[in-house]
Amino acid sequence: MAKKTPEINSSSTADMAFILLCFFLMTTTMDQDKGLQRRLPPMPDPNQKVEDQKVNRRNIIVVKINSADRLLAGSEPMDVSQLKDKIKEFLTNPTDDPNLPEKEEIEIDNFGPCMVSKGVISLQNDRGTSYQAYMAVQNELVKAVNELRDDFAMANYGKLYLKCNEEEQAVVRKAVPQNISEAEPKDVSKK
Amino acid sequence: MSKFKQKEKRTVPNPPSGSLSDIVFMLLFFFMVTTTMRTEESKVQVVLPEASEIAKLERKDLTSYINIGTPIRSLQGQFGNDSRIQLNDSFKTVDEIRDFIAAERDALSEADRSFMTVAIKADENTRMGIVTDVKQELRKCSALKIMYTARKPSN
Repeated sequence: MAKKTPEINSSSTADMAFILLCFFLMTTTMDQDKGLQRRLPPMPDPNQKVEDQKVNRRNIIVVKINSADRLLAGSEPMDVSQLKDKIKEFLTNPTDDPNLPEKEEIEIDNFGPCMVSKGVISLQNDRGTSYQAYMAVQNELVKAVNELRDDFAMANYGKLYLKCNEEEQAVVRKAVPQNISEAEPKDVSKK
Repeated sequence: MSKFKQKEKRTVPNPPSGSLSDIVFMLLFFFMVTTTMRTEESKVQVVLPEASEIAKLERKDLTSYINIGTPIRSLQGQFGNDSRIQLNDSFKTVDEIRDFIAAERDALSEADRSFMTVAIKADENTRMGIVTDVKQELRKCSALKIMYTARKPSN
């Protein structure tokens, strides 16, 4: 008769697992990175001739930040807190002002024709601008667009943009595009 | 009468502890999977700027980090207190970003390369000049998806 092998005492596996568990608990980092996502424009092809891009002047708002973190939107100096309303007015153009961007009717999948603003926000900064001020302005621009998206989603789907499903969000994104152009670096300090 | 008296003690039976190790192992595996081991030593001080409209980064594994800020106190004697770029574990110049991006891109699988994101972690007191240089360099190596890392306002 074969000898019976004694069972291995398994009461300490729990302790060993606990030690490992503690180790991973300590080393793990649960923090998630958050921030503002952007897409940079691709580098222009050096062989390509610079074409005169015909963008109507009324469709562009230039937001400049100088080295003293002062802000210029359109042609008037303002505070960061005023920027959001300025941008919202610019993008919606409620009174069809000829100085504000024109709208174009485009066909959106799953939605139908919709008037979409052709406005572009051009953000220019100086080398001496502080990152903090730059981010504050970026944040205001995104906030303006997000609020317009929320308005659009509320009017058409009865809920906030983030509460919409994937398909509806795509429609809203098409209807309220986020056209922020981060211009080529320019030295704006010199007069 | 004493016939009915029961001498034996009624003890509460021990709860079965056999499955305890299984439970712990399950937790262990959870943390092993979620943990990210790469904790690079920070050589620059970064206080992130505040922004309220921030979105979460979806894929942490597809992200490369560029830290910009003043060197930490102990390294200021060596490197001064001008803003510097930190890639991986050392200070780099703007020109070296190209190699860094190429290396990071090579480490990803073919299908994921177009989703690569570069997170710029810059200190709030950094001047935009250095950030602009970094952005231009990223455009040159066509790493166009970027994220300005920020934190939620404290109030």
